[in-house]
Amino acid sequence: MLALFLRDLKLAIRTSGGFGLALAFFLIVVMFVPFGVGSDLTLLARIAPGILWIGALLACLLSLDRIFQLDAEDGTLNVLATSPIPLSGVTVAKSMAHWVTTGLPLTIAAIPLGYLLNLPSVAYSWLCISLLIGTPALSFIGAFGAAITVGIKRGGLLLSLLVLPLYIPTLIFGAVTVTKAVEGLDPMPSLMFLAGLTLLSVVIMPFASALALKSNLS
Amino acid sequence: MPDLGKYADTVILAYIVSFVFLIGLTVLTWLQSRRAKRILSAEEARNGK
Amino acid sequence: MSLWEYANPVKFMGLSSRLIPTLSVLTVLCLVIGILWGFFGTPDDYKQGSTVKIIFLHVPSALMAINAWLMMLVASLVWLIRRHHVSALAAKAAAPIGITMTLIALGTGAIWGKPMWGTYWAWDPRLTSFMILFVFYLGYMALWSAIEDSDTAADLTSILCMIGSVFALLSRYAVNFWNQGLHQGASLSLDKEQHVDDTYFYPLILCMAGFILLFVLLVLVRTRTEIRLRRATALAARNR
Repeated sequence: MLALFLRDLKLAIRTSGGFGLALAFFLIVVMFVPFGVGSDLTLLARIAPGILWIGALLACLLSLDRIFQLDAEDGTLNVLATSPIPLSGVTVAKSMAHWVTTGLPLTIAAIPLGYLLNLPSVAYSWLCISLLIGTPALSFIGAFGAAITVGIKRGGLLLSLLVLPLYIPTLIFGAVTVTKAVEGLDPMPSLMFLAGLTLLSVVIMPFASALALKSNLS
Repeated sequence: MPDLGKYADTVILAYIVSFVFLIGLTVLTWLQSRRAKRILSAEEARNGK
Repeated sequence: MSLWEYANPVKFMGLSSRLIPTLSVLTVLCLVIGILWGFFGTPDDYKQGSTVKIIFLHVPSALMAINAWLMMLVASLVWLIRRHHVSALAAKAAAPIGITMTLIALGTGAIWGKPMWGTYWAWDPRLTSFMILFVFYLGYMALWSAIEDSDTAADLTSILCMIGSVFALLSRYAVNFWNQGLHQGASLSLDKEQHVDDTYFYPLILCMAGFILLFVLLVLVRTRTEIRLRRATALAARNR
């Protein structure tokens, strides 16, 4: 499982698609907001938590179809399915690799981008913590969406349609955490909910993904 | 017709919208059912000969 | 004699063809009486005026929007556990009905909301939850139509329905957490305080029965359609 995780990591770095694209996309989304709503700094500060969370979420969405697609095309997935590692384990390794190559860089990138949006200084630590805790849920839920659509040609749009509704609770708790911090209220309750959500996703999603992969491979 | 007062438009509109959806769904279901019957009987006829 | 006998498509077709005429009559009866009674036989509310009559469409459709999804969840579980094709097809058949009910609930709610709340739409938890339910239906139906192999499609949509139920429920509580609402409490609860008045209650019960019957009727008809189409495809494959 560790070997698989490292392999996926290496592939993602070597093809250099994953990292860079998601980050560039995140930057562009955040850059578009002042173009769209105006450069009023107080307004930007108010909407910054939401924009940063939505941007991170969309950037994460962008690279989801790579999780299984390439391995399904060249038959690696069939080999993995017959290997001693259970398919749920394969999903865990791949979701983790996806998180390290997208969730983690996005969390770090959110700091300078938060500055661009005039995010109040109290909120930076909460932004980072909420993204750090919340993005694994995005990767695990996303891997499930990728597992379901792996057999579909040009399934990218469908993948977004399936995954985005599943992202709603994560987005709400993540954004509320940061908003509460900005407003000077206690962000802990929503952060706890967010952590619970991530744990839930980590526990149930690999099994659901394995079920979907099995059905797609048979 | 009961006196609906100043909200007559609202009430009537809500009923019309609902009926359009309900009747539309029913008609669609009926049409699809007829089409399926036709396709199946055509296939069965081909199978029979 | 057990319930599972009707998992056999032939038995299901036999039973449903016998049920449909009776069911149609009952549905029409309940809906016509309920709606006419509600529309002509109830007084205006002291606060809402005549707009209270919208309840007879809004509450039953909202009820069925949620129950249709629950029925799909049960049917999906039955398919995943016992592999009965009729069950998978019934879940597929229920989705378009569920989405229509969601639209009716949202539509009548918006029309009612304009004079009462002064707005067609508010990001109230209940309204938002229904919007979310709507996108879940959309995803579910899109997945059905995207996969060619029917057993794979049944598998994947069932898994999606399961996971979707968990996350739809989570979203319901998440939006509660996120925003306080305008929407009134449950129309039907045992708590007399927030319960609707008896004058509205009886026609409302009739309308709800009518909507439930309509749902069952439409699911039966649509499932029959799916079974026929499935059989036609199988025959076509054999004839080729």
